Amino acid sequence: MIASIPPGWILLIGGLLVPLIPRRARPVWLLALPIASGAHLLTLPLGFQVTASWLGIDLMPVRVDGLSLPFGVVFHLAALLAVIYALHEDDLVQQGSALVYSGAAVAAVFAGDLLTLFVYWELTAVASALLVFAARTPRARSAGLRYLVIQVASGAFLLAGAVLQWHRSGSLAFTPLSLGTLAGSLVFLGFGIKCAFPLLHSWVQDAYPESTATGTVFLSVFTTKLAVYALARGYAGTPLLIGIGAVMTVFPIFYAVIENDLRRVLAYSLINQLGFMVVGIGIGTAMALNGAVAYAFCNVLFEGLLFMAMGAVLYRTGTVKGSELGGLYKSMPWTTAFCIVGAAAISGFPLVNGFISKPLILDAVADRHLLIAWFALVFASAGVFHHAGIKIPFFAFFAHDSGVRCREAPFNMLLAMGASAAVCIAIGIAPGLLYGLLPFPESYRPYAPSHVLAQTQLLFWAGLAFAWLVRSGIYPKEIPSVNLDADWTYRHVLPRSVRAGVARWQEARESVAGYARRVWAPVAKGVALGVGPDSAVARTWATGTAVLWVVFFLALFLLVYHLRYLS
Amino acid sequence: MKPPSDERQRWLDDPAHVTLIYRALVGTCLVLVGVGFLVAHGGHFWWEESAGFYAVYGFVSCVTLVLIAKGLRRVLKRPEDYYDR
Repeated sequence: MIASIPPGWILLIGGLLVPLIPRRARPVWLLALPIASGAHLLTLPLGFQVTASWLGIDLMPVRVDGLSLPFGVVFHLAALLAVIYALHEDDLVQQGSALVYSGAAVAAVFAGDLLTLFVYWELTAVASALLVFAARTPRARSAGLRYLVIQVASGAFLLAGAVLQWHRSGSLAFTPLSLGTLAGSLVFLGFGIKCAFPLLHSWVQDAYPESTATGTVFLSVFTTKLAVYALARGYAGTPLLIGIGAVMTVFPIFYAVIENDLRRVLAYSLINQLGFMVVGIGIGTAMALNGAVAYAFCNVLFEGLLFMAMGAVLYRTGTVKGSELGGLYKSMPWTTAFCIVGAAAISGFPLVNGFISKPLILDAVADRHLLIAWFALVFASAGVFHHAGIKIPFFAFFAHDSGVRCREAPFNMLLAMGASAAVCIAIGIAPGLLYGLLPFPESYRPYAPSHVLAQTQLLFWAGLAFAWLVRSGIYPKEIPSVNLDADWTYRHVLPRSVRAGVARWQEARESVAGYARRVWAPVAKGVALGVGPDSAVARTWATGTAVLWVVFFLALFLLVYHLRYLS
Repeated sequence: MKPPSDERQRWLDDPAHVTLIYRALVGTCLVLVGVGFLVAHGGHFWWEESAGFYAVYGFVSCVTLVLIAKGLRRVLKRPEDYYDR
C-alpha cells in the first residue's frame, strides 16, 4: 500500500495541504514531510517499477534505479535542510510552493516515461515560479514572468519531442535518446533550457537572485539538477555535451568576477558548476557518469550552503550587493564560518566534498586526452575558487568594513547552514559514503598525494593571484551596475525592436493611406458616381416602378424563350 | 556608514596583520612548489609531472581571468536601473 505512493507525492500532497494546517503545528508538518517522504523512498528497492496503461499508452510512473536514486536522496536531504532554513518564514505561498516544487522534482527523477516526466517537469516550472513571485517586488514579478515563460517553453519542447518519439517508435519509455532524430533533438533542447546551456542560460541569473532569501535556496537545488539527471539518462556519451559543458564552465566566471549582486555571482557559479556535470555526461563512461552524479550531489549541498549564507546576509542587512557590504564577520561570525566551509567545498579543497567528486570528471576528461576540455576545466576550477570561493566570503564578510552592523542569522538558519557544512565535511572525509550511492562501482582514491598536492597548489596560487590583484588595486571594484548578458536580447533588443516595428508599421500605413488619398481620389470620385451612395445603382425605387421593371424583364425573357424554340 | 566608534578593535582591523596573512600565503605557496619536487607525480599529461605546473597554471589563469573580466566590464557594464527604464 505504502509502496504504491510514487516517490515525491508525500511532499507534493503535503505541500498542497499546508494552508489547512494550523499555524502552530505548521513547523512540525513542514519538517515531517521531507523526513517521511525520504523514509518512504528508502523502503523502495533498486529496480522497483510501477507500470500503467493510459488510453492505450504504456506508462511507467515510477522507476527506482542506480541513476535516479542518488538524485532522489539528495533532493530529500536538500528539501529538509531548506525547510529548516526557512522555518522562521510565515508565508503560505512560499511554504506550500517550495514543498510542491521539491515533490515534483523528486517525482520527475523517478518518472520512467516521457509523458510522466513532462507532467512533473511543468509542475516544477509553475511551483518554482511562485517562489520567484513570492518576493513581491516589481523586479521579481517581471523576472518571474520571464522565468515562467522560459520554463514552460522547455516543457513544450519536451512534450513535442515525446509525442514525436511515440509516433516514431510507439514507445514513450524514457531511455537513451538520439540527437539524430527530430524527437531526440527537441527533448534535448527542452533539457538544455533547464540545464542552462550557453545562450539558453540567462533565466538562471535573471530570476534566481530576485527571489526571497529562502526561496533562492530551494531554487538553486532542484530545477537544474533535475535537468542534469535527465541529460544523464537520455544523452550520456553524447560528444556535443563535452563542448557545451566546457563552455558552461568557462564563460560564467568572467561575469562572476564583475558582478556586484553576490547572489547573482552564485547564479553564475551555478552555471559553471553545471558545466562540469555536463562534460561528465558527455564523456559517458562509468567514471565520468559517476563523477557527474557525485558532483551534482555535492553541488546541491555546498551551493545550497552558499545561497543560504547570502540569504542570511540579505535577511539581516537587506542587501547582498558587494558594494554595500564588508566586515560582516564581526556581526555574523557563525554565518561567516559556514560560508567559508561552503566556499572551500565548491573550490575543491581537501577534506570537503568538492575535492572527492570533481576529480572523477577531470580524470575522465584526461583519460580521453581531451586537451582543450581539460585545460578549460582546470582553468574553471581555479576560477571557481576565485569568484565563489574567495569573492563571496571576502566581499560579504571581510574586505573593507562597510560599517553595517546587524544581528547573527536566526537559529534555524544557522542550524541549516551548520548541518549542510557538516555533511559537506563528512562526505569529504569519508568519500565512501557517497561513492556507495553512485550508479556504478567506484574505487577512486581522491587522497593520493599527487592529487592532494596538485589541487592545493592550484588553489593556493589562485588565491595568491586574488590577494596580489586586490592589494595592487588591479582587481575590479564592486560597483553598482548591471552587466549585459543573453537576456539583453529579450529584455532590451526585442521589446525595442517590437516597439520600433509597430511604430514603423503605423508610419508606413499612414503614408500609404495618404498616397492613396492623393492618387486615387479622382478614381474614387468616378466610382462613387457610378456605384456610390448617390449613384443610380444605390437609388431607392418605388415598389410600383420595381414591379413594372420586373414585368418588363419577364416579358423580355418570355419573348426570347419563345423565339428560341420557335426557330 | 561608519562603524560604531566604541567598538573594540579586531585583530584583522590592523593592516599590519593583513600584511602578515599575505606574507604567510606567499610562504605557503612557495612551500607547496617546494613539496612538488619531493612528491611523485601521477598524471595523464607530461606537464603534470613538473613540480609547479598547477601553481603556475592557477596563478596565470586567475590573473588572466581578472584582466579579461575587467576588459569585458567596459563593454558590458550598464547603470543599475538599465532594464527598469
